[in-house]
Amino acid sequence: MTGMDRRRRRLLLVVVALVVLFAAFILTHPRGFSVYVVTIWANQGVLLALAAIAQFFVVIVRGIDLSIGSIIALTNVAASYLVFGTPGEIAFGIVVVLALGVLCGFLNGLVVVFGRVEPIVATLATGAIYGGIALLWRPIPGGEIDDTLGDLLTYDVNGVPTSLIVLVVVLVAISIPLRRTRIGLSMLAVGSSEQSAFLTGIQVRVAKLVAYSLAGLFGALTALYIAFVTLTGDPAIGPAYTLNSIAAVVLGGVPLTGGVGAPLLAVLGALILKTISSLMFFTGIPPLAQSFFEGLVLAVAIGIGAIDALRSRSKLKVYE
Amino acid sequence: MPKRLPVDPSVLLILAGCVIIVAVGGIFIGNFFTSAYLLQQLQIASFLGILAAGAMLVILLGHIDLSFPWTLTGSAIIVTTIGGATSSWLQDLAIPLGLAFGLLIGLINGVVVAKLRIPSMVWTLAVNSMLLGIAIYYQGEHRPQGQAPELVKTLAVGSTFGVPNAFLTWVAVSAAVLWLIRGTRFGRLLFAIGNNEKAVFLAGARPERTIILAFALAGLLAGFVGILLAGYANQAYQGMGNPYLMPTIAAVVIGGTSILGGRGNYAGTFAGALFVTLLLSALSVIQISEATRQIIFGVLILAMLILDGLRRRDA
Repeated sequence: MTGMDRRRRRLLLVVVALVVLFAAFILTHPRGFSVYVVTIWANQGVLLALAAIAQFFVVIVRGIDLSIGSIIALTNVAASYLVFGTPGEIAFGIVVVLALGVLCGFLNGLVVVFGRVEPIVATLATGAIYGGIALLWRPIPGGEIDDTLGDLLTYDVNGVPTSLIVLVVVLVAISIPLRRTRIGLSMLAVGSSEQSAFLTGIQVRVAKLVAYSLAGLFGALTALYIAFVTLTGDPAIGPAYTLNSIAAVVLGGVPLTGGVGAPLLAVLGALILKTISSLMFFTGIPPLAQSFFEGLVLAVAIGIGAIDALRSRSKLKVYE
Repeated sequence: MPKRLPVDPSVLLILAGCVIIVAVGGIFIGNFFTSAYLLQQLQIASFLGILAAGAMLVILLGHIDLSFPWTLTGSAIIVTTIGGATSSWLQDLAIPLGLAFGLLIGLINGVVVAKLRIPSMVWTLAVNSMLLGIAIYYQGEHRPQGQAPELVKTLAVGSTFGVPNAFLTWVAVSAAVLWLIRGTRFGRLLFAIGNNEKAVFLAGARPERTIILAFALAGLLAGFVGILLAGYANQAYQGMGNPYLMPTIAAVVIGGTSILGGRGNYAGTFAGALFVTLLLSALSVIQISEATRQIIFGVLILAMLILDGLRRRDA
C-alpha cells in the first residue's frame, strides 16, 4: 500500500468515525438536533481542536509539548486580567495574551534548539514554570472577560456555530501555508529527517523555533477561547489539555515521529475525542469512572491505528 | 585522549549539587547538618530512587512509562485493603498481590508497546488514566480503608543500626538493577535497543522480549514503591503517586540518562534521586507557596539539563 493510499484511508476512517459518533451524540441527547446543542458541542470541540493544532506544530518537527496545558493556563489567566473594558483595551489585551503565548512557545524552542534538551523533558520543566506562574498570578479561578465579545464568538451566525466558522478559517489559514511556503515545508522536512533537511540547506533551527512559537500562539488562542466560553481565568485547566491535545493528534492519525500529517487530522481527532466525552455524559456513565473510559477510548483508538504493525509482512518494516 | 574518570563527571556534578543544597540549607535554614535530618532524607529518597531505577530501565530503551503514579497507588490500595482483612492467611497474601498487580500492569505495557509498536508515552498515559478511573470508581470519594501489614511498616519506617530500612532496601534494589544493567545480556540489549533497535533485530536478537521484561520490571518496582509508601503512611490514598511523576523522570534524566535511550549510567540515577529529594526538601522547608516551589524546581532542573548538555557538547 502506498503512503498516499494509507493517508486517504486514514482520513476517511477518521471522518466516518466522527460522523457516526456525532449522530450517536445527537440521538442520545435529550434535546436532539438543535442550534443550541450543536453550538455547545462546537464550542467544546473547538477548544480542544485549537489545543490539538498547537500540539500538531511541535509534533511535525518531531517534538512534543508537555507544557501546552500550562501555556494555556497562563495565557487564560492573563486574559482574565486584560480582555475587558473599552474596545481599544480589549484589542490590546488580546494582542498581549497572544504575544505571551508566543513568548512561552519561543522559550521552549530556545531550550530545545540551543539548550539541546530533549523536548519531552524540556517542556516538562518549562511547563512546571509556566504553571507555577499562572498559579501565583491567580491562585483561584476568577477575573473578568468582555462578555459581548464572548457571546459574539460562542453563539451562532444564522444557525451555524461561530466557533466552527472560526475553526474553519483557522484551518485554511494554516493548512495552505504549511504546504506552500518555505517555512511550512521546512518544518515538515525537519520532522521527516533533521539531517537531510540540514544538508539540503534548510534552516533547521529557525524551523523548530517557528514550530514551537506557533504552538505557543495556538495555546494562547485556545486560552482566549476558553476565556470567552467560561468568562473567567482558571490556573488549573492545564493538565487535561496537555493530555488531550496529544491524544487528539494521535487519534487523528498524525504520527508522533514527525514529518507528516495535516492540521485537519489533528482537529478531527480533537472533535472525535470531545464527542466521545459528551456522549459518555449523556449515556449515563458514572462520572467517577469517566477517566477510565477516557483512557480506554485513547487506548483502543491507538490500538486500532497500530494493527498495521501486526499485519506487516516484513518484520523489518516494523522497526523503521 | 583525556584520562577517564572512574565515575561519570555528571555524577560528580550532581553530588556537588547535593553538597551545595545541604551546605546552603544548613547555613541559612538550620537543622540540615543533623544526622536525623540527613537520615530522613535518605529514607524519603529511597521511594523516589526505586521508582527512578524502574523508570531508567524503560528510558534506556528509548521508551517511557508514565503509568507508574497510578500503578503505585493501585498496589498501595490492594496492600492496605487486604492487609486490613480479618483472616490472617488473607493478610499474608497482601504483599504478593500488591507486587503482582504492579508486575501485571508492567507486563501489559510491555506487550502492547513491543507487539503493537504503539508509542509508549501515549499508551502508558492511557493506562494511567484507566487505572485512575478504576481506583476512584472503586473507592468512591472516600479514603481507601485498611492498613499496611507489619512487614511493610518495618521496611518503610523502621531502621537497622540507625540506618533506615527503606534506604537499605534501595541499596539492595540498586545492586540488583546495577547487576542487570552491567552484568547480563538483558542489560546489554537495553542499551543496544535504545541505540538501534533495527540493528538488534538484524543481529538475531529479539527486542520484544527485552522490551516486555523492562516494562514488567518497571511495573514491579512501581508496585513495590506503592507498598512501601502504604507502609510509610500506614494508608493508601488517591493520587499518592502523582507527586512522584516529575521528580522521578527528573532524577533519571539529571543523572545523565538520555531520554532517547541508549545512554545512561545507574550511578547517575542514584545520585539524581538524592539530588531531587534534597532539592524538594529544601524548597519545602523554606516558607514559600507551592507555586513558587514549582517554578524554582522547574528552573533548577532546566539549568542542570542545559549545563549537562553544554558539558557534553564541549567534550
